[in-house]
Amino acid sequence: MVAIKDLPEEEYVLEGNAACPGCPITIALRTVLKALGKDTIMTVPASCSAVIQSLYPKTSFAVPTLNIAFEAAAASASGIEAALHAQGKDDVTVLAWAGDGGSYDIGLQALSGALERGTNFIYVCYNNQMYSNTGVQRSGATPYGAWTTTTWTGKKERQKNLAEIAMAHNIPYVATASIAYPTDLYRKAKKAKEIKGPKYMEIIAPCPPGWRFDMSKTVEMAKLAVETGAWLMYEFENGKLTFNGPSKGIVEGSREPKPVEDWLKMQGRFRNLTEEDIQKIKRDLKEGWEFYRKKSQLF
Amino acid sequence: MKTTISYPTKEAMGKTGSWRVFRPVLHEDKCIKCWMCWVFCPESAIRKEEFPKIDYDFCKGCGVCANECPVNAIEMRREEK
Ligand SMILES: Cc1ncc(C[n+]2csc(CCOP(=O)(O)OP(=O)(O)O)c2C)c(N)n1
Ligand code: SF4
Ligand code: SF4
Ligand code: SF4
Ligand SMILES: [Mg+2]
Repeated sequence: MVAIKDLPEEEYVLEGNAACPGCPITIALRTVLKALGKDTIMTVPASCSAVIQSLYPKTSFAVPTLNIAFEAAAASASGIEAALHAQGKDDVTVLAWAGDGGSYDIGLQALSGALERGTNFIYVCYNNQMYSNTGVQRSGATPYGAWTTTTWTGKKERQKNLAEIAMAHNIPYVATASIAYPTDLYRKAKKAKEIKGPKYMEIIAPCPPGWRFDMSKTVEMAKLAVETGAWLMYEFENGKLTFNGPSKGIVEGSREPKPVEDWLKMQGRFRNLTEEDIQKIKRDLKEGWEFYRKKSQLF
Repeated sequence: MKTTISYPTKEAMGKTGSWRVFRPVLHEDKCIKCWMCWVFCPESAIRKEEFPKIDYDFCKGCGVCANECPVNAIEMRREEK
C-alpha cells in the first residue's frame, strides 16, 4: 500500500471553498481525486458537494464537474460515459459523487439502472447519514436512534444497506472505506479506476454540525466508527469479499472492537439514547458482523 | 443549449482564513513529518515543504490537523482580535 508521504501532491479541491470547517466531504474528495487524476469528469447532484464548489462564476473543484438534479447522478454519469465512448475517449474516468440522500433515496433507481446497464463509471456515495445540505433531515442511511430534524426523538428504523444492494447487481467492484484510512481509500479508488464496468464505493463521512460533535474530531469520529465496528471496510471483487484494516479482525471474531458507546457518546445526535437503545444497537452490530463473517466464507 | 460554466479558482469563496477563531501553530522541533496533517486537512491548506506549511489565508481553523498529529506538534491558539 502507498505511504501517506507518497500520495500525489496535486490538489483538485481548491483552497477557499464553501465547506464548513472540518468537513468530511472535502477530506474524502481530495484523496479520491488524487487517485483518479485530472482526466476525470465528475457529476454531482444537489447536496453539500454542490454548495462546497461555491458560487458562479467560480468553482473550487478543479476537474470538469456537472451539477445535476438531486435524483440524476447515475443517469447523468451514464450519459457522460456514452458521449465519451462515442468520441473514442475511453481513457477518461467518469465519477458520480453523491450524498447518501442522493444515493439511498431519490437516486436509487437511476443508480440501479446504471449498474445494471454496465455503465463504465465509478459511483461514490459519501455517507454522512443524513440530508446535510438542507439542514439535517433523516435519510435511508440514518442509523437507528439518531436525532435529525425529522426524527427528533431518534430514528425508529435501521439504515438500509446500499452496498449490499449494489453487490446484488453482480458488478465487478464494490468497496466501503473511511476518511480516517486515506491510504486504503486511495488504493480502492485507484483500483476502481482500472476496472471496466460499474464500480460502487461508499465512504463514511462524519459531519460535525449534523452529528453534533466538535469540528476537530471529524477524522477521529471516522476512525472510531471503524474501530467499534459501527462501520465496516471491505472490498467485493469478482464475487470475493475481503475485509480491510480493523474490520477484518472484527468480522472474523479475532479482534475485540472498542465499545460502540465510545462512538455514540461523542455525538450529540445520540444524546437521548436509552440503555435499551444502546443494547439494540449492539445486537444489530453483532448480527451484521456475523452476517459478513458467514458471507465472506461463502466464496 | 446554453449552460452556465464556472471556472476553477482558488479563493472561490474568498479568503476563508477570516472564518478562523483558533490558529494552528506548528512546532517544528516536535514534527516527525508523518504528513497526517497534510492528508487530513479538509481545506487543502497545508502544503508539503521542508515542514508542513499552513496557508493562513485559507485555513478555517477546524483543528483537524492538531487533533490528528500523533506527537502534538500543532497547537491551536486563539486568534487575537
Ligand atoms: C427533487 C429535489 N428535492 C429536494 C431537493 C432539496 N435538497 C437539496 S440537497 C438535499 C439533501 C441532500 O442530501 P445528501 O444527498 O445526503 O447530501 P448531503 O447534503 O448530505 O451532502 C435536498 C433534500 C432538491 N434539490 N431536489
Ligand atoms: S454540513 Fe457537514 S457535510 Fe455539509 S459542508 Fe458542512 S460539514 Fe460538510
Ligand atoms: S486547522 Fe483545519 S483548515 Fe487549518 S490547517 Fe489545520 S486542518 Fe487545515
Ligand atoms: S501531523 Fe504533526 S508530526 Fe505529522 S507532519 Fe503534521 S505536524 Fe508534523
Ligand atoms: Mg448526506
